[in-house]
Amino acid sequence: MTEVAPGYYLALAGLMFSIGVIGALVRRNAIVIFMFIELMLNAVNLMFVTFSRIRGSVDGQILVFFVLVVAAAEAVVGLAIILVIVRRRASANVDDVSLLRW
Amino acid sequence: MIALIVFGAVFVFALGCSIAMLFAKNAVHTALFLVGSQVALAVAFLLQGAHFVAAVQIIIYAGAIMVLFLFVVMLLGVDRSEVLVEPLPAQRQVALGLGALLAAGITYIALTSVDLIGADRTQALAAINRDPGNVLAVARTLFSRYLLGFEATSVLLVTAIVGVMVLARRVDSVTALSASTPSSEEREVA
Amino acid sequence: MVIAQEQVVAGFDPVLAPLIIGLPLAGAVILLLFGRRIGRLSGVLACGTIGLAAVIGLLNFIALLGAPEESRTATQHVFDFVSVGRLQTGVDLLLDPLSLVMVMVVTGVGALIHIYSIGYMHGDPRYPRFFAYLNLFASFMLLLVLADNLLLLYVGWEGVGLCSYLLIGFWFDRPSAAAAAKKAFLVNRIGDFAFLIGMFVLFGAVGSVTVGQINASAGALSAGVATTAALLLFAGATGKSAQIPLYIWLPDAMEGPTPVSAFIHAATMVTAGVYMVARFSPVFEASGGAALTVVGVIGAATALWAALMACTEYDIKRVLAYSTISQLGYMFLALGVGAYSIAIFHLVTHAFFKGLMFLGAGAVMHALDGNTDMRHMGGLRRAMPVVGYTFLAGWLAISGVIPFAGFWSKDAILAAAWVEGNYVLWGVGVFTALLTAFYMSRLYLRVFEGPLRTPEGTHAHDAPRTMAVALVPLAVLSVVGGVINLPVLLTLEHFLEPVVGESQVPEGALAFILSGIALVVAVVGIMLARSVYMTSGAEARRARLVRPMAPLVNGARRKFYIDELYGRLIVLPGKRFALFCAEVLDRKGIDGIVNGTATVIGRTSQGLRHIQTGYVRNYAATFLFGVVAVFSFLILRVVAG
Repeated sequence: MTEVAPGYYLALAGLMFSIGVIGALVRRNAIVIFMFIELMLNAVNLMFVTFSRIRGSVDGQILVFFVLVVAAAEAVVGLAIILVIVRRRASANVDDVSLLRW
Repeated sequence: MIALIVFGAVFVFALGCSIAMLFAKNAVHTALFLVGSQVALAVAFLLQGAHFVAAVQIIIYAGAIMVLFLFVVMLLGVDRSEVLVEPLPAQRQVALGLGALLAAGITYIALTSVDLIGADRTQALAAINRDPGNVLAVARTLFSRYLLGFEATSVLLVTAIVGVMVLARRVDSVTALSASTPSSEEREVA
Repeated sequence: MVIAQEQVVAGFDPVLAPLIIGLPLAGAVILLLFGRRIGRLSGVLACGTIGLAAVIGLLNFIALLGAPEESRTATQHVFDFVSVGRLQTGVDLLLDPLSLVMVMVVTGVGALIHIYSIGYMHGDPRYPRFFAYLNLFASFMLLLVLADNLLLLYVGWEGVGLCSYLLIGFWFDRPSAAAAAKKAFLVNRIGDFAFLIGMFVLFGAVGSVTVGQINASAGALSAGVATTAALLLFAGATGKSAQIPLYIWLPDAMEGPTPVSAFIHAATMVTAGVYMVARFSPVFEASGGAALTVVGVIGAATALWAALMACTEYDIKRVLAYSTISQLGYMFLALGVGAYSIAIFHLVTHAFFKGLMFLGAGAVMHALDGNTDMRHMGGLRRAMPVVGYTFLAGWLAISGVIPFAGFWSKDAILAAAWVEGNYVLWGVGVFTALLTAFYMSRLYLRVFEGPLRTPEGTHAHDAPRTMAVALVPLAVLSVVGGVINLPVLLTLEHFLEPVVGESQVPEGALAFILSGIALVVAVVGIMLARSVYMTSGAEARRARLVRPMAPLVNGARRKFYIDELYGRLIVLPGKRFALFCAEVLDRKGIDGIVNGTATVIGRTSQGLRHIQTGYVRNYAATFLFGVVAVFSFLILRVVAG
């Protein structure tokens, strides 16, 4: 635990975050986009834990706890909304909701 | 030494699962790869001395939230494959480009500037883990300094539950309710 | 230069002086607002206001006479007007001999003309408005003559120009009247512009626009500045008083109702220029003779020029119009030789006889259904005795026959010219007097003497009472008016001396000789007219007279093509320039810029709207772009610093 510098964990978290961003922009299925958002939240959790290690206190880990709870609540509500939408139009394609355009 | 090897494995596995998520056409596959990366992250948490959060990550995130995702995926029958062709012009290129920039930026900062943030005080954390233990330390801090936040999240959870119950209710159950006689108690729980 | 807050300065106590201007102004406002409701009584109201103003003027005149000669001046501050930096002016009235003489003329003759108009304009659909304009004009003219500073004088100056426009074009549905009104206003404007610049020059040099200050500092001005200012002011006078080169509007102004011609274009407005030069005589004197020479020369030239054109004119009102221009020329001639009070003398007598003759002509037109061509008239004195005999008085006065008023004033002008050594001007004046007698006799004899002739379908009847009431007093004044400045007594001369200084008068035998010459010339003119128009064999004699002078006569008939010349030189380029401004500068240039801006914005937004694709993923990409931008900026800051 003492051997790997915290910078590498942060780098890993950064890479995962970037992949999450790319995925959220590239994929079209609403639920899949949601998963990539969860990936981003995970990356942030890793960053928080690393910072808690850097600072030598457990506050970062508590923040991870909160992030987790909020992610759960958000996932639940978001999936419910997607559910309603898919029920209505039988498609989870995000590109279909594009009426508000020029 | 061991930590280095483990970290290397975690690194490769987590990144591998993330990238695989990008290319998986099936939504279920995407979910499973996400689970994989989450497990890798749990190991990373353990490596850094966050025992409690590691456990919680597996139990809640990989265990509950992802299961919920899979339920919804299968419920909606959206396990069809996604079409590969990108309808929006330049979307992929822009996303890749900007994402790469972001990654480069974060990596650069992470590898060069951590000294600015503060010294590696792993020893302090290790001391805390030894003496009261990680869970105890987390509990003590959570229920004293962050008690308000804790209570707020409970409210949040209740709100989310209620909201979801309202949102996902089936419409025909309402008409069935209004059409039924006052004595009828039949109601579908959504 | 701030006029003291309190009112009177030295001399005598003015009696309700602001009301002299205020009463006609109030009359105008009331008639403009409620004219239609007041209806027939408008005339009475208007006559009332100006009559009261005349009474108040008379009271002030008496008060002034009560004061000793050296202190016969009073100023009254009514309220502050402009207070900006160095320019501190108020609505200040100056009551001194000169201004009160003008006030008496304007209100006296004005009141008579108002009464006359009640009869003349009877039945006109816009009857109340006529009197409103007439009262408004009177108030502006009185403001002009009572003003204690140039700025206020200019307000009156412009105001009378406006009222002249309104009244010339009173029957605006007649295109010729509308055009004449426009012409009058535009030509006046040119003069007014020069006047304005002159005022600026004086203010710049003296630091004040007050009459007293300007006249007191006139001596200290350099000859160049004084000449420039004087000539600019005089240019304004040529516009307002119809001298060369800006006289062209006055003959056309006869399109207006005849009382207007009598009041504005004979007795008062056109005399504003004469008054102004007399008022600022120190400035003209300070120019070392240059400005005054110009004034005198132009005055004499105009007198001759207009007299020539009057000899060939058939319209009775136009003859009188050219005659007015000519007589104004005489007044400027007098000013040019330094005989300021004599110019004012002629101004007063001219107001009497010219106003009278215009009113008489109006009565003739009134009886003959608006006809003005003298070729269709004859012997009207017997059919219209009141008009005829009053016009006779006016005719003899203007021709310069003793003992009528015009003789004394014209003779005084010519004598002053001789005595000051201006023999050329004297000669021109004498010849013009001959012409004046000739064309006025031509007018009178053809219209009022000989066998009775009227145009088709008209029947000559005498003037109604309201019109006669105005004619008779003016006729009386034309006969006896000379008494205000008889050669030995020189009452007016001495009265005005404190303001305008002394005029030169001939002594002893020279005076008699000069007067004799003037009288002989007048009689010759009358005789000549009689011989070529009235006696038997007149036609043949006329042809013999005209033949050697045919080009001159034809030119005079065409008014020497001056209007055409101005049209080609000035009006046409002006119109082309205006068209250029409208088509190119305005439509293409300014509208182009405005419309172009709108078009550019429109096209830009047409292009930019495509950013809103409606796809959430595009918007997410935009977010990411922003995030990366900020992040990069922060990193670069860390890296660089």
